[in-house]
Amino acid sequence: MTGRGPSGTNPTHPGRRPAAVLPEGPTGAARSLERLADVLLRTVAPLLLALASGGLIVFALGADPFAFYSDVLRLGTSGSGSQQTLTAMAPLLLVALGLIVAFRAQLWNLGYGGSYLLSAAVVAGSAPDAFAVLPYPIALLALFVAAVAIGALLGLVPALLKAYKGTNEVITSLMMSFIAMGIANLLIRGVFKDPGVSVPQTRVLDLGLMLPYLPGTRVHIGVLLALGVMIVAHFVLTKSAFGLKIDVIGANPAAATHAGIDVKRMILVVFTLSSALIALAALVDMLGLWGYSRAEWNPGYGDKILPFVFLARLSPLGAIPLVGLYSVLATGGTIAAQRAGLSVDLLSVIVALVLFFMVAIEFLGTRVNLGRSYLGRGRFGRRARGGAE
Amino acid sequence: MSEAMLTAFLLAMFASMIPLLLAALGESVGEQAGVLNVGLEGVLLVGGYAAFAATLASGSFWLGFLSGALAGAALQSVLMVLSVWANANQIVVGIGMTLAGAGASSMLYDWSFAGSRPRLGLPDTWVVFPLSEIPVIGPVLFARPGMFTLTFALAAATAVWLSRTAPGLRLRAAGQRPAALDAAGGNVIRIRSFAVLFGGAMAGLGGAYLALVSAGTFTPGMTHGLGFLAIVVAMLSRGRVWWTVGISLVYGLFIAAGTALQLTSVTVPNDVITMAPFVAVMIVLVSSRGGSALPPALATSYVRGAR
Repeated sequence: MTGRGPSGTNPTHPGRRPAAVLPEGPTGAARSLERLADVLLRTVAPLLLALASGGLIVFALGADPFAFYSDVLRLGTSGSGSQQTLTAMAPLLLVALGLIVAFRAQLWNLGYGGSYLLSAAVVAGSAPDAFAVLPYPIALLALFVAAVAIGALLGLVPALLKAYKGTNEVITSLMMSFIAMGIANLLIRGVFKDPGVSVPQTRVLDLGLMLPYLPGTRVHIGVLLALGVMIVAHFVLTKSAFGLKIDVIGANPAAATHAGIDVKRMILVVFTLSSALIALAALVDMLGLWGYSRAEWNPGYGDKILPFVFLARLSPLGAIPLVGLYSVLATGGTIAAQRAGLSVDLLSVIVALVLFFMVAIEFLGTRVNLGRSYLGRGRFGRRARGGAE
Repeated sequence: MSEAMLTAFLLAMFASMIPLLLAALGESVGEQAGVLNVGLEGVLLVGGYAAFAATLASGSFWLGFLSGALAGAALQSVLMVLSVWANANQIVVGIGMTLAGAGASSMLYDWSFAGSRPRLGLPDTWVVFPLSEIPVIGPVLFARPGMFTLTFALAAATAVWLSRTAPGLRLRAAGQRPAALDAAGGNVIRIRSFAVLFGGAMAGLGGAYLALVSAGTFTPGMTHGLGFLAIVVAMLSRGRVWWTVGISLVYGLFIAAGTALQLTSVTVPNDVITMAPFVAVMIVLVSSRGGSALPPALATSYVRGAR
């Protein structure tokens, strides 16, 4: 889960080169101990620091931080809370994977908001008709194709501009995101509007037509689907030639060209794949959990899961427990914040703190590396080698 | 169009234009120095909240603007420490700032004002006596809150600073070729730090103007993507301040026209109006040739001696 960033590059500090690969180093038990220390320092420490700072904020706003966090844990993990947590994980996992795929290639797909919301609007808006007209599996397939196509198209525009004109994808994907959100709102207020209610929202899908629950629970099968996709993606990204190509492009596009990789084509593939996965998250979320979409609604999954994606060092397997952790925080935290008399936005602040502490610790870690790289030993010396393990 | 309608139209135009202009100016300075701040949305919101709370508590709009600027600079100091000093990826930190700014401002508003939802009165205006009596132009330009006039003064000062002075040249060098600036004896880190703090103060002022003057109150998430738009305005104007002013003016015109159209029989959905600036930017980006002529060192950290 750690030390496996794309070819040893440092995702949050791309300017930093990993220290030179050293011929000798500790082996066996010493190495696994090192990796444990590494995980503790770089993944767990930012989380703990952010939660502690969050506790201070809760305290400063006049609530009891211990009661707040015990509420979060209890409401997020026990009984129906744990089922809600699992349900919340389904779209978050797919959004996380969409980000991972793009970020491993150092492509900054910031269009996640629009990809999710436009796909959600179209899926939720057309699902009642699709299920009424077509047999269930074919309707499901049609909605799947529609969602993926929307995501791919939204990703294709920044990708084409990046590949053939060198336009900064940060800006183009952001613009596409706002345009897609506008179209989503237009659709929900227009063709997809439920005439029966005054609020601009799509018709609510029949419970019987939504994704089936896992036996004995109220968790829909989308969670299993998302977990399966994550595991498959992990092996594709870390073990296949395709995954290696993505990592090489992320590490050095010029070197990738020299190695015979068609960088332009890969940019198109990676970007559309990334957006399509995020659109798929919307499909799973609409058909599994919500059943309808509303104008101006935005769950903001991408922004909130992004720090955890980096904490997982862009590893899909590593992201699973971290997404789970965020889901507990989001599920339990929503009610816990209300009980403490605080706004749910407290969670956004905690997530931002996770990101800030992660970046700070990353910096301190690199400093330690640089200081010790000449010696070639030391507790943190191996970390920078990344893919060498 | 009657005189009163025209006045209202122009007032609406400036009400939308000024916050965007202030934020885009701040972003411009940062971008020219090589720091891309994606978290501008959060900075605007924090500035708006701080200004609103301070004005409500003290009754002084100037204290409000000052608090907005300070709060903006305070949030941007996170970007300064993490990205300029510690070389962290600017986009990652920027996304964190959006979350932190939007979250903190909304959380604090909920905590302090959710029950009362107070509104502010009208700020004092600077009346330039003989000019303020001119029909239409008078009330629109010469009887506005002091911050209105000050915004244009700030824009002019920024224009001169960036293009006509040695510090401005050094600042642009930090975005063009930081290593060359370093070799010539300039301090890249110090210059970038200043640019980031200046950008924060300007965006904070923008948020403050939005809350104190344009809206008369603060509501969570009131910027609705204005911060992202400001980033784009800064990119499109490529450090030329008069372009920033011009593009902001066109944006104001768009928004005011959209509002005015709603009064007539022509119905343009609100979503189309809010979407229009982003579509316009995409059209410009698609049709412009070559790269977007951004500073070459934009969004890269400067590590002395690194290649």
